[in-house]
Amino acid sequence: MDRPLTRNIKPKAEPLWLVEYEKVGGYESVRKALQTMTPQEVQKLVTESTLRGRGGAGFPTGKKWSFVPMGPDAPRPKYLVVNADEMEPGTFKDRLLLEGDPHQMIESMIVSAYAIQADVGYIFLRMEYGVAAARLRKAIKEARAKGYLGRHLLGSDFSFEIYLHTSAGRYICGEETALLNALEGKRAIPRAKPPFPQVVGLWGKPTIVQNVETLCNVPHIITHGAEWYRRLSRGKDGGTKIYGVSGNVKRPGSWELPMGTSIREILEGHAGGMRDGFAFRGLLPGGASTAMLVEEHLDLPMDFESIPQAGSRMGTGTMIVLDDQTCPVGFAQNLEHFFAQESCGWCTPCWEGLSWTERILQSLEDGQGRMDEIDVLTMHTKLLAPGRTFCALAPGAMDPLQSLLKYCRADFERHIHEKRCPWRDGRNGADGARTWPVSSSMIVPTR
Amino acid sequence: MLSDAERAEIEEELSHYPDNQAGSVEALKVVQRHRGWVSDESLKSVAALLGMTSAELDSVATFYNLIFRKPVGRHVIFLCDSISCWVCGCDAMRNSLQNRLGISMGQTTLDGRFTLLPIVCLGACDRAPTMMVNDDLHEDLTAEKINRVLEQYP
Repeated sequence: MDRPLTRNIKPKAEPLWLVEYEKVGGYESVRKALQTMTPQEVQKLVTESTLRGRGGAGFPTGKKWSFVPMGPDAPRPKYLVVNADEMEPGTFKDRLLLEGDPHQMIESMIVSAYAIQADVGYIFLRMEYGVAAARLRKAIKEARAKGYLGRHLLGSDFSFEIYLHTSAGRYICGEETALLNALEGKRAIPRAKPPFPQVVGLWGKPTIVQNVETLCNVPHIITHGAEWYRRLSRGKDGGTKIYGVSGNVKRPGSWELPMGTSIREILEGHAGGMRDGFAFRGLLPGGASTAMLVEEHLDLPMDFESIPQAGSRMGTGTMIVLDDQTCPVGFAQNLEHFFAQESCGWCTPCWEGLSWTERILQSLEDGQGRMDEIDVLTMHTKLLAPGRTFCALAPGAMDPLQSLLKYCRADFERHIHEKRCPWRDGRNGADGARTWPVSSSMIVPTR
Repeated sequence: MLSDAERAEIEEELSHYPDNQAGSVEALKVVQRHRGWVSDESLKSVAALLGMTSAELDSVATFYNLIFRKPVGRHVIFLCDSISCWVCGCDAMRNSLQNRLGISMGQTTLDGRFTLLPIVCLGACDRAPTMMVNDDLHEDLTAEKINRVLEQYP
């Protein structure tokens, strides 16, 4: 079995429901963990597997769990929260897992909750994933009826319940602590850290927040062991990874591959390379908040250790390709428009800096930019660097910008010298505005 | 005033949390499913049920782009404007929709049939450009496909 996460997933098909899911070994990890292992042994196994978080930050999962207070004196209830708020532009991997194998998600939560002795689990799902919501509800119902959820699971001392929470938009809800505020029914503004959620989280209780794909690895680690898991990978970090490619390539899509598969193999092998008439210029390796890589980086393995060597991050592992028919300044403008719109407005460098950045990029696109404004953009990449804002949203917005300024500087300058966007008369039409004037919350009255 | 059905659905959601305020987003969405949007009057009723002030609940409601505090059309079109869809030509799709419906982004058609809104990445980037109409995802959009899709929403 070389692709454990997606083994049950067939395109456009119904997922496996409980009976079929059990037939292919589903919920075996729950039996194994609850009947033969202590919570500490499960934690130890996950640590040995070298599993790292797949939501973007790559934090070692076993280490994260080790901060949770254990034993009879630990504060209760403890919570396990699944971050299923997939909203990083260019990312489409968790949707696949949630829609394609909902019981795998539930099984993952049960064994992970056992490891940290959580009492209640929430799936924090973005509202737009309606198909996933319906399938998760059905899976939770089936699991509850079969005794995999509720009091004294499989006759053990362990009790666990899962609830689905569907949100209502806003990218910032995917930030770990903003998510906790959202779940508590407050405005989704990030919290100060420390204290970390593992100790003081949801309603002040110990809480683990974990990405969908990360958790889905856990049952397989428990069933097949850490050694097996590490060997799935070609690199230092264990397991497989769901990689994706979008943009003007021949076969955009997502594939579960060994961790550490090279960018070139994903881009040229699986995605088929560029579409006819399009040449490669660069790619954001793991979503909108990762710095662009170029041709010279294509042989790097896609893993947590290698991509930072080129000044970027693996992020979510889903790549966005920039081609020669697409304006790099417009590309930057679209990204910064997103981040400016999605800033929660809590800290000034973020809301003020991102709006300013967006406005400058728009004026460059409109042919009204000045050379000194490139310096203002560069200044922002430093003013909004990690540690200078309340959370990681603004630094994440600056990573693609600084890399575009580095690799496509001539294109920025050309917009200023020619007083126009050289791409505008091309494929995208000469219609002018590249941004849309309103955000989703600004519904205007009927004319 | 909330209907019995709305009240029952909200109470079901509240049973999932140790604290009523946590149910506020789900409660607002219950009202929105029944009425299309959340009026000041509905907001007041939900706030009373949750034990919050209207101002507190409104501060939550207005944080989210998918809670509508103004009336919308019978069907809401959400066109993705994030990076992968932009690279794959969502501007042309926007023009198509605007021309076909005779409205700009953020507006509602005079007959109250459609409201047109932008939305962030829908997580279907390999099938860009994409949009949602109400709860339904539509992928690999072209101007022709948009015309066909809109026919499904009378």
